[in-house]
Amino acid sequence: MKKYWERLFNGLLKENPVLVLMLGMCPALAVSTQAANGIGMGLSTLAVLVLSNLVISILRKVIPDQVRLPAYIVIVASLVTVTELLIKAYLPDIYEALGIYIPLIVVNCIILGRAEAYANKHTPLLSVMDGIGMGLGFTAALTLAGAIRELLGSGKIFGAQILPEGFGMTIFIQPPGAFLVFALIIAVMNAIGIKTRQRKLVESGCDGNCSLCATAGSCETKPAADAAAGGAVKAAAEKPAEKADPKAAENKAEGGAAK
Amino acid sequence: MKSLIMIIIGSALISNVVLNQFLGICSFLGVSKQMKASISLGAAVIFVITIASAVASLLYDNVLKPLGMDFMKTIIFILVIAALVQIVEMFLKKKSPAVYQALGIYLPLITTNCAVLGVALNNVKDGFNFIESVASGFGTALGYTIAIVLLAGIRSRINEKDLPAPLRGAPIVMIAAALMSIAFMGFGGLNI
Repeated sequence: MKKYWERLFNGLLKENPVLVLMLGMCPALAVSTQAANGIGMGLSTLAVLVLSNLVISILRKVIPDQVRLPAYIVIVASLVTVTELLIKAYLPDIYEALGIYIPLIVVNCIILGRAEAYANKHTPLLSVMDGIGMGLGFTAALTLAGAIRELLGSGKIFGAQILPEGFGMTIFIQPPGAFLVFALIIAVMNAIGIKTRQRKLVESGCDGNCSLCATAGSCETKPAADAAAGGAVKAAAEKPAEKADPKAAENKAEGGAAK
Repeated sequence: MKSLIMIIIGSALISNVVLNQFLGICSFLGVSKQMKASISLGAAVIFVITIASAVASLLYDNVLKPLGMDFMKTIIFILVIAALVQIVEMFLKKKSPAVYQALGIYLPLITTNCAVLGVALNNVKDGFNFIESVASGFGTALGYTIAIVLLAGIRSRINEKDLPAPLRGAPIVMIAAALMSIAFMGFGGLNI
């Protein structure tokens, strides 16, 4: 039972997809103009993530290894289309606010990342818990950023006036505000010391993530090439072991959790 | 003709794909560490997005719309883009190894770049025809290249500075991106 809870909290804080793993930055930056949008986007992604983890975990022994990525993409794209149509039908306001970022859940690194790193080697129930944890972590990060941007930009949170009428630094609602707020949240998390192995991996940018991403197969040259090229720049900070394949790190984390 | 130029300038500068619409952030933050890699990735993105928006536009106007399968566009587009990247890669490998070498590993990475799917979906949403879609795809990719090359230049300067520890890595890059984004907001005043 404990390991199911561990999955949940893992996604929320220790491996928060946005703030620690830096996955799914595009929708996070784009829709966090208001706290309510953050929740809408977060929950849509959570739904797709839980279902895709479930389906992929159930089918993990059926899908041949060579064609797994195209298969995952088709599964995820179908689920996203279903979600999109449901939101369009029942929550037209949210659909208007999120716009193109709903279909773009397909290319959200979190979804294929979890499929590749977790769901295809674990039981359906564990995968669902992982999906819920990651989805909640994503939702929490988006809502937090949305609330900060909304508060600074218009003095409101969830549409309720908190700061005096007329207060508002519009820049925080506009695109630059997204970069600023996320930069500061991540800096604060760094300062209070939430650092994990994954974090160090990811500090080299997308390199760590992309091998988790859709084109993992063709990506395999990437970390090696990067280690060679980028090694000179930041060799000091990283030990070779931490530069290892993200999957290895994932397995290690799993092993630790099981103990 | 004038409207095409407007579309290109609009999608490259005014609503820049990275700094204004937040598409392709992953590679924007990841690859901009090195100037050379940024230029290669930019070239690959221009290449793929222009072709992808052309194919997606043809497919949507001639197949999906007549059949009333509008809702299938996400699935179809992502499959087309994935297949297209593979084909482009194989074609380049065979026909022009020099270009292939230059683009190298960045070509397959583009499948997961949400800018490609984003442009295809945006073109449909804006009701662009074939020529307009190609122009918008090219403009968007050009904007992506401008942004990533600029950020790579800024980062090469940041690397030499002694920063407070919590800001090292991602945060300072995003602050730089925020300042670039503010600068690009200036293009909003362009009256074309």
